[in-house]
Amino acid sequence: MTYALRRRLWAAALILAFFVTWEVLCLALNVSDLIVPRPSQVIATLWVRMPVLWPHILQTLWTTMIGFALGVIVGVVIGALIGTSRVAYDTAYPLLIGFSSIPKVAVVPIFVLWFGAGPVPAVLTALAMCFFPIVVNIATGLATTEPEMEDVLKSLGASKMDLLLNVGLPRTMPFFFASLKIAATFAFVGTVLAETVASNKGIGNVMMSASSNFDVPLVFAGLFILAFLGVALYVVFSVIEGRVVGWANRRTDLSPS
Amino acid sequence: MTPDLAQIQPERKRAAVELSRAGVTFGQAGARVQALQPTDLRIDEGEFLALVGPSGCGKSTILKLVSGLTRPSEGAVIVGGREVAAKALRIGMAFQNPTLLPWLTIEKNVMLPLKIVRPFRHDFARKKRGEYRDRVHAALADVGLQGFANHYPWQLSGGMLQRANLCRALIHDPSLLLLDEPFGALDQFTREELWGTMQDLWIKRRPTVILVTHDLKEAGFLGTRICVMSARPGRIIDDSPVTFPRPRSIEMTFQPEFTALNQRLRERIISARQEVTA
Repeated sequence: MTYALRRRLWAAALILAFFVTWEVLCLALNVSDLIVPRPSQVIATLWVRMPVLWPHILQTLWTTMIGFALGVIVGVVIGALIGTSRVAYDTAYPLLIGFSSIPKVAVVPIFVLWFGAGPVPAVLTALAMCFFPIVVNIATGLATTEPEMEDVLKSLGASKMDLLLNVGLPRTMPFFFASLKIAATFAFVGTVLAETVASNKGIGNVMMSASSNFDVPLVFAGLFILAFLGVALYVVFSVIEGRVVGWANRRTDLSPS
Repeated sequence: MTPDLAQIQPERKRAAVELSRAGVTFGQAGARVQALQPTDLRIDEGEFLALVGPSGCGKSTILKLVSGLTRPSEGAVIVGGREVAAKALRIGMAFQNPTLLPWLTIEKNVMLPLKIVRPFRHDFARKKRGEYRDRVHAALADVGLQGFANHYPWQLSGGMLQRANLCRALIHDPSLLLLDEPFGALDQFTREELWGTMQDLWIKRRPTVILVTHDLKEAGFLGTRICVMSARPGRIIDDSPVTFPRPRSIEMTFQPEFTALNQRLRERIISARQEVTA
């Protein structure tokens, strides 16, 4: 059995063990499904309610993807700016850290005030949640580029743009993908956050109304969906990462296979 | 290809590089470090100048001045008849660390200057699969790296990386080649092999070369002229031509004339070091 296959089996076994333990504990301790429903109940709820849930899943998915895509653009541009200029790095960092320290729950009502309840605040909250790790990683990657690598090109008369395209950005790709995996999950958190506060559609909204109806299995079904979407997005980026920055991952026992 | 003798010894030599009272001082007032005393140095076209001296003497500073990576604090640096401004030059550079980009294959690494340097860059998109690719493969064959074009840098040994590095430095046919201890990190046998490769490349293409090294044998084997520098703040304290016939062989380095030159330069450097410690 190859190492990669064994690793996958172990990961699957761990997930299975987690749910079995949960199920058994709930049965053994006789926990009410108003407090914690059993996984089997949650999955049954998912199965029965799927036709109703489906539009909400799509809503959450597309708002997250738009917010995430905008977050990547904003993150890369700001990261490239402050990573290539010492002055920009020193001056812009305090402001960025200040902004990222603001709890995003506090920002959602402001977005709602400006744009009304609906998908726009969700997109903006997703953006606000996910762009910061991208900025930090792009900036760090660029700022730590070995000057010798750039000197070779500089002596050839390379412009700043040549340096960025041929050395800075390719070298930063491993950092970029690491941040994408964090940012993608953050974007989901942002969307759902905005949906729970002010929206009439989306998984966040479903969970909110379900919990006010004491439909706890449905709340947990929402959590399962979010977890699944997060993992799916993570896997997508891992696969792309393996193709694009395989050069940085020479230790075959650790590289994504 | 036999070198044309008239080409090796042109009647009127033009200066490829000229430093006039060029000096470099780093740091702000209060903590100033003089890296290079005002220096005069003239290097003719087609010359192979070896710059030797104790470490930290400003050898690399001279290279950085000529390449335009560092600006002189005083004096002037003229390269190819013009005051240095990195943009306009056609220079090839190779450092002790091969600095090949780890995400590119050897072929793409060597091709990189053609993507950057005018006039090659204008045709890059059109020629990178044809003419430029052939050019890179021919250059790799010249240094014994045929068959490694599609390897990544980490798959090659230190000596092979340095060969690829030389290819990259020469691929755009620079008239001026700057070498900063390119063989310094290699073992003795690989190094001597690469001296031979370097000599072949120089005889074939005849660029002006400035080689910074602390290996006197290397300087004598490769150079047409050796300049010895003093410890910091650096200045040139000895300037001698090397007239051994080419192509030179490793056996030549055991001849008495070669050993005598070596010995004399060694003493110059030792006395220069003592000036500082005294």
